[in-house]
Amino acid sequence: MPIHSRLRRRLLANQGEAPRPAPDSDEDLLRRLRAGDERAFVVLVERYNDPMLRVAGSYVPSHAVAEEVVQDTWLAVLRGIDRFEGRSSVRTWLFTILVNRARSTGVREHRTIPVADAGPVVDASRFGPSGAWAEPPERWIEEAESRMAAGKLAALLKSSIDGLPGRQRDVVLLRDVEGMSSVEVCEVLAITEANQRVLLHRGRGKLRQVLESELGEVR
Amino acid sequence: MRLLRNREIVCREAVELVTDYLEGTLSRAERKRFEKHLARCEPCTEYLEQIREAISLAGRITAQQLTPQMRDDFVDLYRRWRADG
Repeated sequence: MPIHSRLRRRLLANQGEAPRPAPDSDEDLLRRLRAGDERAFVVLVERYNDPMLRVAGSYVPSHAVAEEVVQDTWLAVLRGIDRFEGRSSVRTWLFTILVNRARSTGVREHRTIPVADAGPVVDASRFGPSGAWAEPPERWIEEAESRMAAGKLAALLKSSIDGLPGRQRDVVLLRDVEGMSSVEVCEVLAITEANQRVLLHRGRGKLRQVLESELGEVR
Repeated sequence: MRLLRNREIVCREAVELVTDYLEGTLSRAERKRFEKHLARCEPCTEYLEQIREAISLAGRITAQQLTPQMRDDFVDLYRRWRADG
């Protein structure tokens, strides 16, 4: 059989077969939720309630308000479920609703524009006059790994991330904890790629610094 | 961060390039100069590894489990929504 007609047959055979989302993927959960599956809702909440609370926390003044915002978000998700068109991923959709709600809750007069603080990512005093390290990074990777394996690092990690300044925390949470792409994060937070990169740079730098201070040892 | 052409970068500058390097947003020339610096700078190589480690650790954080109370509250929320719909 000539190649092109074999290809054509294969293409025809595949028609109408929508790719099935992996079981328990966000997309699968959403499909089941639409079909009225209560369990799918609980699994989705298990997956995102905690990170949503932490992102909301950088916009509102208290944990109680963050909880309200997140609960409102879940309700908005349920109400909007038939309008979700799958142009973005489910989690981008979830976090976009969340951030919009957190913003419009609006109690953030003490927060300024989402620009990163100025200044170097590593304290200037750690470099000599030539710009070379005077006080090089202390080693901590092995210590972090052994504590992680023993289940003794999660609390420190979470508090370090939660201690980052607002937008840096959001970017680190969404990029590094949730594993979103930079495009997704820019969409959710309504910031530019360049701004996202600066916030990520500062946030990761601070996180490294906290880990070094907590776990580092001079060799 | 703009770098002067044809000058070797120093550690203080190298650490500021790490995110652009990991994001793949350095120009070809900048990337080469950054990698050239790393090749002969152990502390900056360690610094880059530590940033990678921080990212990796963050990626291993798991969401806090819902308490049974919260779980019930959400099931409730769902059922009320279904009843209203």
